[in-house]
Amino acid sequence: MIVTAASPQSLRPPPSDRDLRSLLLIRHFELALLRLFEQGAVSGTTHTCLGQEYIPVALAPLLLDDDFVFSNHRGHGHFLARHAEPYGLLAEIMGREGALCGGVGGSQHVYHRRFLSTGVQGESLPVATGVALKLAGSGALACAYVGDGTWGEGAVYEALNMAALWRLPLLVVVEHNGIAQSTPTPAQLAGTIGARAAAFGVRHHRVTSTDVEEIRSELAPLVAAVRSEPSPLVAEFVTHRIGPHSKGDDTRSPEEIDRARRSDWHTRYAAADPERFARLDREQQEFVDRLVAEIAARPPATPPAPSASAPAPEPATGRRP
Amino acid sequence: MTRVSEHLNQALHDLMESDPAVHLLGEDVSDPYGGAFKITKGLSDRFGSRVRSTPLSEGALAGVGAGLALAGDKAVVEIMFSDFVALAFDQIANFAAKSTAMYGRPVPVPLIVRCPTGGNRGYGPTHSQSLQKHFIGVPGLSLFEMTPFHDAGGLFARMFALGRPCLFFEDKVLYTRHMYRLDDLFRFELAGDVARVVLDGAAEPDCTLVTHGGLVHRTLDAMRTLLLEDELVCELLVPAQLYPVPRLPGLEDARHVCVIDDGGEGGSWSSEVARVLYPRLWGGLRRPITLVNSADAVIPAAPHLERGVLVQADRIRAAVLEAVS
Ligand SMILES: Cc1ncc(C[n+]2csc(CCOP(=O)(O)OP(=O)(O)O)c2C)c(N)n1
Ligand SMILES: [Mg+2]
Repeated sequence: MIVTAASPQSLRPPPSDRDLRSLLLIRHFELALLRLFEQGAVSGTTHTCLGQEYIPVALAPLLLDDDFVFSNHRGHGHFLARHAEPYGLLAEIMGREGALCGGVGGSQHVYHRRFLSTGVQGESLPVATGVALKLAGSGALACAYVGDGTWGEGAVYEALNMAALWRLPLLVVVEHNGIAQSTPTPAQLAGTIGARAAAFGVRHHRVTSTDVEEIRSELAPLVAAVRSEPSPLVAEFVTHRIGPHSKGDDTRSPEEIDRARRSDWHTRYAAADPERFARLDREQQEFVDRLVAEIAARPPATPPAPSASAPAPEPATGRRP
Repeated sequence: MTRVSEHLNQALHDLMESDPAVHLLGEDVSDPYGGAFKITKGLSDRFGSRVRSTPLSEGALAGVGAGLALAGDKAVVEIMFSDFVALAFDQIANFAAKSTAMYGRPVPVPLIVRCPTGGNRGYGPTHSQSLQKHFIGVPGLSLFEMTPFHDAGGLFARMFALGRPCLFFEDKVLYTRHMYRLDDLFRFELAGDVARVVLDGAAEPDCTLVTHGGLVHRTLDAMRTLLLEDELVCELLVPAQLYPVPRLPGLEDARHVCVIDDGGEGGSWSSEVARVLYPRLWGGLRRPITLVNSADAVIPAAPHLERGVLVQADRIRAAVLEAVS
């Protein structure tokens, strides 16, 4: 099922340069990764967030330093929108010096400050619930990104139940892109995510816009309530995956892919302010070209010393607001 | 020449064709995708609703397979990456395997859980593991692994004939190799369950190696180097059934035995093989059985680091050299 996002219109208010840069950095970062894989310059696998970049960019100012963010397999955008450290991330993905996690985690397993991703679907929600239990009352929250397909995993419901029972500051961001790997949502999800949240008495909000400012004004009061009440919130974004699941594995028909592309934020943003968009687009593309050249020239990441003790975790105490 | 992936795909086609009671379930197994590793290609087009792409629900998936089996049918369940079989552990260990015996009479549960396994592909810590060892010693559960020497159709038939749940591991790198093909130095024969790879025309081997399907090619590389550079003759035994460990032929006169296992060291398949072999070979052994395992470590994503953690040909060669020196 493809749900068409808000129809084309000018963006009001227009996105800041900062937002546009962030969106375009992620876009070019992901495109560069697909090229690197195609050239065989990177091995393993990767999942790009092409088409979904606006979600973490919209959320970025709603999330605070003390918040803990849990990400998944499709996490590069989640990371880049929160941490301006594309060098460390690309080095991690390419296994080069300066890698965020010593080259051990790779694309799907990053732990940096208060950002953590893991490649096993559904695994993060109970953990996020535990972090939220610790953060409750501090004003900070735990945010977990999950896809629509991940609602097939039982751990999601066990976590939601506890988060609701214990009134925890848990923000579940659902990137509902209508597909899980190759399986369309209607073939893998009965009922709706909204009704599932309702069954637990968990607040649910559906976002159809791709306009970052509009999304922020919709979500700001709800996210504030997650912190202050505290209480869990499921924020479900109707979005579209315009690229393959990982690389070269898109079995959707050209028409379907086309339909997804038509909802791409990129087209709307480009049309809304062509001159500024083109300038920042060029700037970010050139930046990513330099980034790739620099990381590719670095020596391989050195393995973490086996004797080194685990680094002290970022204390998850949270300051009272 | 058939690749292991094509061979497995054909075996599943034949299995579903010959037995209408067989169902196949797994994430993204339906056409046109045909599974993450394309092993189930063409099955849903051909067998309709007997083949189902499921939600991301490994636990329920294994349970549904067990339910079909309990109700008199047979099920093949695919876990997309074997790492996620951890999510199905309860259904496999506490229901499917136990049910065969916990109701005071035999209850058949013909269930095969297919597990694409192993690393050396840069997939990172949660997509590269060899978790065989965690399923060893579960009453009612048998473990098998695909090898380039065993007909997959024969293995599927054997597993279903057991009437109890089986895990079937399939190394992801092995998928890309060819069935039954060896370089000209070696030839193989099947001795019961076990493939025996020998140097053509050689006398007594200096060392007998035992390994599982996923490590066959790395072990053969080591055997080749050991022969050409170190003038050591090795013989290789590859059982398709990993647990219970089957009788391994021809070890009575072995000068030395080395078990090679992609699972991390500690509580491993290799140590289970050694446990089974010690009482039998104790009188003739000159030194302890050598165990070669992956390091007791998380499997890194970066290929140069991953290489250092997993068993490679040079490690096997070094272990054999050290043992027989
Ligand atoms: C427990 C588990 N099962 C299966 C997978 C393999 N896998 C990775 S992503 C994915 C699809 C996820 O779909 P969705 O949650 O909708 O996220 P999307 O990829 O659409 O962003 C699957 C099946 C996995 N990583 N973890
Ligand atoms: Mg999805």
